[in-house]
Amino acid sequence: MSRTQHNVLPGFRLSLGYAVTYLSLLVLIPLGALIAKSMSLTAGEFWQIATGERALAAYRVTFGAALLAAVVNAVFGFIVAWVLVRYPFPGKRFVDALVDLPFALPTAVAGITLATLYAGTGWIGRFLEPLGVKVAFTPLGIVVALIFIGLPFVVRTLQPVIEDFEPEVEEAAATLGASRMQTLVRVLLPQLLPAWLTGFALAFARSVGEYGSVIFIAGNMPMVSEITPLLIVSKLEQYDLPGATVLAVVMLVISFVLLLAINLLQWFAATRHSGRAAVEPAITLPRTAEVAV
Amino acid sequence: MSAAALRLANRESRGVCITLMLLAFAFLAVFLVLPLVAVFAEALRQGWSAYLDALKEPETLSAVWLTLGIAALVLPFNIAFGVAAAWAIAKFDFRGKSLLTTLIDLPFAVSPVVAGLLFILIFGAQGWFGPWLSEHDVRIIFAAPGMAIATLFISVPYVARELIPLMQAQGREEEEAAVSLGASGWQMFRRVTLPNIKWGLLYGVILANARAMGEFGAVSVVSGHIRGETNTLPLHVEILYNEYNAVGAFAAASVLALLAIVTLIAKTIVEWRMRHEQQTLAAALPAEKTA
Repeated sequence: MSRTQHNVLPGFRLSLGYAVTYLSLLVLIPLGALIAKSMSLTAGEFWQIATGERALAAYRVTFGAALLAAVVNAVFGFIVAWVLVRYPFPGKRFVDALVDLPFALPTAVAGITLATLYAGTGWIGRFLEPLGVKVAFTPLGIVVALIFIGLPFVVRTLQPVIEDFEPEVEEAAATLGASRMQTLVRVLLPQLLPAWLTGFALAFARSVGEYGSVIFIAGNMPMVSEITPLLIVSKLEQYDLPGATVLAVVMLVISFVLLLAINLLQWFAATRHSGRAAVEPAITLPRTAEVAV
Repeated sequence: MSAAALRLANRESRGVCITLMLLAFAFLAVFLVLPLVAVFAEALRQGWSAYLDALKEPETLSAVWLTLGIAALVLPFNIAFGVAAAWAIAKFDFRGKSLLTTLIDLPFAVSPVVAGLLFILIFGAQGWFGPWLSEHDVRIIFAAPGMAIATLFISVPYVARELIPLMQAQGREEEEAAVSLGASGWQMFRRVTLPNIKWGLLYGVILANARAMGEFGAVSVVSGHIRGETNTLPLHVEILYNEYNAVGAFAAASVLALLAIVTLIAKTIVEWRMRHEQQTLAAALPAEKTA
């Protein structure tokens, strides 16, 4: 690969300069403002707000619901991806396009619709209510909204990996006497695991920050069904800017840790299959690109 | 083992196969199809005339215009940034490249509410520029400019993320040939780069547009919810819903759901075109691509 000084293409300084200025103005400086604002508090004050009773309850609700939703999505996302790649059925292209609906549907629309569906009189709620299951306006409602939001992440990270499986490998396993289950667990699963964990982490990361779809179905009871982003908003509405800032910093740090974990997973997956990746043409299909957090 | 037996061994048994398909379809039906159908069913609950009346409400119409206006303002910035960032990252080697890529991804990782808060800290009454702005009677927070800035923030990654892998895959030979044959920078971009990236660019714009028009959390924090003034369509949906005006809320929501459907269709068509072009390209240059 030729180095920068041998590169004859024009526009390097202009494009890089523009991109860096744009990102600095729009992303870096605002983040700096957040950190600066949180620095105006003493460590003791910061800690007191960050670990307040209501804040701790909100973290529990947010992370608990996000984790549960990500687990459900990991299981069903795998099944959906497997069915979409492996089994022929009519209308496949339609179903495949439909999987992206949660990316395309505004979160407020998803929120009011799910709240209506799962309310006691709704299409789904009226069947669950007699069973004693209340979904809308309970923490369970949050999980339902987050399942909707996170669904495409797992499917879209798993799909290309399943598509790339070489049939010879499975045939070899079968020839050597492995049952279908053994092939799945011993041969396919190890190859699938990094992508599976990535999809899980992406869905989880997205769910932790989600606001629009959740607030309509959650009921928003402090200590019970109040998520952290909503607590930030209610602190803002009470003009408690320091309080909102502290919670935002906590969420930001958690997002960074998750982003780091996802990048490590992808790095791990890339080095594991580096032998194969080098041979493959470097054409990336666009569909997985929007999936990253 | 014969080839047929091998193929059989490679498949799940019929029962497993049917169970998996039923599970997948049931899951998708409950979580995707039902909500989509419900939006329109709820909007039309009191008939077409009530639906159309709800859409013709002046406040709903002004929300539609504000949503379109913000998207129209934000997209050109997005396109310019996406192309510039992808050009620098895909075609040149420089230090800090991975840092720059991470920075582009960052708005994906930040909660929308936190994104809105960032701009309150800068432009709000107690923010960095707050006193100066109020002195000069410029409103950014609780006004349309703040909503546009928040929308710019959350839509940063879309175009760039589509273009970077695409332009990296295309390499720089074609542009280098154009330049060495005497093309100016602009000529090279218009005649060589742009035709190569047009589908990827369109794909990124479709995604960015869907996000920009549908954004709720970030815009909600900076909007101030002034009816008929700082309400985008998603925010208007919330207001109507909280007023127990279900038909109005779902009528406004149905417009956004239609936007989502159009987005999915456009996205599928563009995906298909891109794959088609890559296949013809791969067929034309078999030796080079596998090297």
